[in-house]
Amino acid sequence: MLSRCSPREVSGYLGRSRRDFLRGAAGLAAGSALMSASPFVHGQKAAKKRKVIVITFGGGARDQETFAPEGQENIPHMLHDLIPQASFFTQVMNQGILGHYVATASLATGVYETLNNFSAVPPEHPTVFEYFRKDLRRPASDAWVVAPSNGFNRIGDSGNRSYGPDLGARVVLPKHLLRAAISGSTDYEHLLRDNYETPLYTPPIAGGEFELQQLERILKLSVDDFKAHALTASSPDELSVFIARRLMQQESPSLLWITMHDIDIAHSGAYSLYVDAIQRTDRLCAELWQAAQSDPEYAGNTTLFILPDFGRDADEDSGGNGFQHHRTGDAASRTTWMIAMGAGVREGVIYDRPVQSIDLVPSLGAMMGFSPALSQGTPIKELL
Amino acid sequence: MLPSDLKAEQFSGYPPEARALVVAHLEVLRQLPLSFMPSLLREIIDYDYRFPAERKTIDSELAELSSLSPAQRREWFQPFSDLSLSPKLERVDWVNQPAQFTEQLSAYLWSTHQMDAFRKAATEYGNRLQPVMPTDSLSMPRLGIAIIGQGVTAYDAPLFRNLRKHGTYFTKVKPDNGLEKLLAGIAARAEAHPAPYGHWYIDGGQEANHSALLTCTSYHGLEPMRAALLKNIQTEIAKPGMGPEELRTHLAQLAISDIGVKGSGDVVLDRFQMKLFTEGSGTQIFSTTFAQWTTREVLRRAQALTMLVRFAPRQRQKPMNELLANGDSNPELDTVGSLVDADMGSYYHWLNQQRLPGWNQSSFLVWFEGHDKAVAIGPSLPRNTESSSAVDLAELLRLATT
Repeated sequence: MLSRCSPREVSGYLGRSRRDFLRGAAGLAAGSALMSASPFVHGQKAAKKRKVIVITFGGGARDQETFAPEGQENIPHMLHDLIPQASFFTQVMNQGILGHYVATASLATGVYETLNNFSAVPPEHPTVFEYFRKDLRRPASDAWVVAPSNGFNRIGDSGNRSYGPDLGARVVLPKHLLRAAISGSTDYEHLLRDNYETPLYTPPIAGGEFELQQLERILKLSVDDFKAHALTASSPDELSVFIARRLMQQESPSLLWITMHDIDIAHSGAYSLYVDAIQRTDRLCAELWQAAQSDPEYAGNTTLFILPDFGRDADEDSGGNGFQHHRTGDAASRTTWMIAMGAGVREGVIYDRPVQSIDLVPSLGAMMGFSPALSQGTPIKELL
Repeated sequence: MLPSDLKAEQFSGYPPEARALVVAHLEVLRQLPLSFMPSLLREIIDYDYRFPAERKTIDSELAELSSLSPAQRREWFQPFSDLSLSPKLERVDWVNQPAQFTEQLSAYLWSTHQMDAFRKAATEYGNRLQPVMPTDSLSMPRLGIAIIGQGVTAYDAPLFRNLRKHGTYFTKVKPDNGLEKLLAGIAARAEAHPAPYGHWYIDGGQEANHSALLTCTSYHGLEPMRAALLKNIQTEIAKPGMGPEELRTHLAQLAISDIGVKGSGDVVLDRFQMKLFTEGSGTQIFSTTFAQWTTREVLRRAQALTMLVRFAPRQRQKPMNELLANGDSNPELDTVGSLVDADMGSYYHWLNQQRLPGWNQSSFLVWFEGHDKAVAIGPSLPRNTESSSAVDLAELLRLATT
């Protein structure tokens, strides 16, 4: 366990912790010692003001390119700026299907979903957005998802009859917006790369995604301004963060879910592009946290979660091709990490005990005051 | 249909040698579970086009399966039999489309949370099979060479970080005529120990002059095949009802004649090269991925005795649609990014070599082309050591292989 450590100390501890983790030894006792001293403020008044931002650090990053000692050079912002303020969970296990849409849907429902990763179908079980809006009687404007185009347009609500579209999150797909905005121009094509898992095929979009006309009405952003900004963005995830920040300024949603996807360029087999994307995502996470801290609606009452949807195959597994894919189901592809920071979260604490990725939704429920009745995960007690 | 229902005439669509092999082992194949059987057929169906090492492996596997008693067979395959499959899978034409079946099986196992059990069963099966696989002593210790960083004039970040601990890091290599010396070195090996598909030279760009004794494949040389395939893919994508899984199925069935490319006369090599593009991910787009994946596949399938791979600069990352349309005939190159790709690729090269028989006698050399840095790994070379000896590439090769 750490408390108020310098970045150098954090770096050193993480290195040791990760190696310990890889040997199977965990520092659970240190984390458990704090269990009776939760700083979280319970109560209806606090719950109403609570804001939660979830960033999936996607799509799929391994320990060795992130928090393992040899990967820490790729995540300077998370390591030096965020981790010292955070509770860090070193073993987040994903026991489900390792496809990005289905895994993100599982994160959002708290159930290992089994939908076809390449189909535009809603999750079978209620999403965190539906639980949040139904139980807390929140309007549609209070829950938003910003996501890449491929299939994620259906992630805002489930096929469950007791919940569904009327209770879901609004979904904005920045790349899809851009495609509509450019309408024939090729100037912005560099932002439209989609679906790295099947890089030779881009599925069509269908569903209730954010309409182009709403750029102006909700985000107060003209199509021309949007296009002009797109020219300054180096990647689709940069555009996603731009939209997320705009949403925070204009709508101040209490539950904001951002799915990053640049890292999945790894499927192309180019290691340098994979590492570049990790470094970019690291920077974007810090920028988003800074934006929250400088926004009166979010400063001081926001909890941020950052976690990959899953890892990628280990170099040593002969069934895969290392970082390129996430197909073997080995430990490296199933094991990842999570940062929790901000309101109600202990600072500078590292927990080595395993948690599951489906534990996120019940944890959010416990923190925000809603009941994810059909979730199959367990609230993470260290966050309560 | 289940394996127990198999009849010889159902294999009439197989190439002649594959068909003969199946018919000769039909009795034992009938006794294998459906969760396993199509994976084996996937190997057998291409028997006529497989490398000698692969044929030996298939022969040995079938011989071993035939030699098992019924009780042993039950014990070996019980974990596969315990997996629950859907009736829909039983209706798939897994005899003629084993690859498609295994894709559907994989999706089903993931969705029913049985993938871990399948993985465990497959690992156990592989472990049982390992002792009976061909153990012919190698005619010479295996050698891998990776040449990385072509076109990079200066690079200050550390290289070979994954490999240095396994060998000696040389910091004063004399680079003069390095490529020629290394190609001469592997040509000498091919001459001393000829073996069909035993000695390879892979180039991520345009191949250099090399001995005819080497099996060579290059990104530049395969440009017509790559272009024709991308055109075919574009056409398929435009068809109604096409999805990612349908596209994968289409690619798995493609032959070079389907895309209008003339064969080289070597059907084994032609088919292998086609699969580099239809089965590899990113090989169609980035030359560094092509070089890495080709190296992996040559080692896995042909079990090469000698493998020299020279990475070349790949094109700078561009939007997928533009890449597929091949609209820019003179793309920018990303030399430094390619060096980073190749540095990792060389590590994977070594890892894949270490998975093969004779790994403890094998040697490996990775050189930053045109520069004075290299790592050599060999039975007699110290590990995790740095050397400032001034050596040329021929001497370095000698040090690694003695």
